[in-house]
Amino acid sequence: MSATAARLVDQLEAGLDAPICLTWELTYACNLACVHCLSSSGRRDPRELTTAECLAVIDELERMQVFYVNVGGGEPTVRRDFWDLVDYAVEHHVGVKFSTNGARITPLVAARIASTDYVDVQVSLDGATASVNDRVRGPGSYETAIRAMENLAQAGFAGFKLSVVVTRENVPQLDEFKALADGFGAQLRLTRLRPSGRGADVWDRLHPTASQKRELYEWLLAHGERVLTGDSFFHLGGYGASLPGLNLCGAGRVVCLIDPIGDVYACPFVIHDEFLAGNVRDPGGFERVWRESELFCELREPQHAGACANCGLFDKCRGGCMAAKFFTGLPLAGPDPECVLGHGERLLAERTDVPIPKPSVDMSRRAPRRMRTEPPSHPCNESPLAVLRSP
Amino acid sequence: MACAASTDPSGMLDRGWRVAPQVAVRPEPFGALVYHFGTRRLTFLKSRLLLDVVSALADHGSARDACCAAGVPEDELPRYERALATLADTGMITLRGV
Repeated sequence: MSATAARLVDQLEAGLDAPICLTWELTYACNLACVHCLSSSGRRDPRELTTAECLAVIDELERMQVFYVNVGGGEPTVRRDFWDLVDYAVEHHVGVKFSTNGARITPLVAARIASTDYVDVQVSLDGATASVNDRVRGPGSYETAIRAMENLAQAGFAGFKLSVVVTRENVPQLDEFKALADGFGAQLRLTRLRPSGRGADVWDRLHPTASQKRELYEWLLAHGERVLTGDSFFHLGGYGASLPGLNLCGAGRVVCLIDPIGDVYACPFVIHDEFLAGNVRDPGGFERVWRESELFCELREPQHAGACANCGLFDKCRGGCMAAKFFTGLPLAGPDPECVLGHGERLLAERTDVPIPKPSVDMSRRAPRRMRTEPPSHPCNESPLAVLRSP
Repeated sequence: MACAASTDPSGMLDRGWRVAPQVAVRPEPFGALVYHFGTRRLTFLKSRLLLDVVSALADHGSARDACCAAGVPEDELPRYERALATLADTGMITLRGV
């Protein structure tokens, strides 16, 4: 890394006037109930921001020159005002990249998205085959996502994103995912499974094994910037060369999350009171939370490396992901649970009677969650928005 | 201030440029963030001086004049030329009148 680039990292860690990458989860309502949902989504929160409040947030983002927002949920397209919000954002020079499970990406919607440069879409898929995907995302979700991508490709939208959370079950499918994305003229995006939200319930058995971590790292290195990662694998930098991207934890420094009720958290993966900086409904709005909240100011101070201080690889991984440490009960100043040297695993094994923090929000629908092995008896048992197909 | 004559094989410095229409520039303490809405590519300008040059492009007949106006020392011109060439390659700045 050049001296200039190193200084840039320091600058970024000291915080920016506005986030580079802002995630805005518009609703906790979702037609799916993925076992690893990082926001524990399912039901709508009645305190959700109103349309007028959302428009006011967009006005602020325009003033702060936030180039684009990553809109998610829940399933953001279930909000009735979803397209009004998208149109308003685009008119106000705030680009929108939204994540969807694809249920509402009809040919008509696909054509609409394809007609503007300012709207991008990420279709979520966590298996390159229905069997791998549907165990995590629910029966029928593979077919739904594939149909959405067919519609987008048909509408001529090149370069939309196929977004995959990397798990122990889908690491062997990396090439298949790439081929799938290429076939649709889409770009593959791989992100890390965090023990956040319902992800905490399945992290132990779904996070990649040690050898898979290495395999993933080599694969990412070989594919370079052609595969997006949202900078989520910087904890693997210790294997050798750094992966493309900023390679730092941006929480409260260059990224943050606005949740459906306007709460602002340090990043999308730490929905917990300890990382709650304020609310967009507070006096001064989002801008004040971003610039002045005590939490964000603290995060922009130099952080302690703790147990990692003497590790020669610290400059590569910078201690890894705060959320991954927090929700596995590891100290924040210390190794990531998936530390490439195995320090995290050792700490996890030694962990006894450590209270594991629970997320502050859980809008999961009240049904037993499990890794699915059989389809539901009837689609409506699974989802109120199930797509009914003739036999 | 008089500007040096061209020693610029690519002609980059002697042509007129501007920030591309789909591009937004956000000043930051370290320089600026530059975002292209079409390619969705984000680039960092790593100094305020480079930001001044980029901001001055549209008001000057050539990139060389913009550099001069922003106060780029003459021996630094090749470095700025390379930075501008990268911005041109990624579509962040475009030739004027094209």
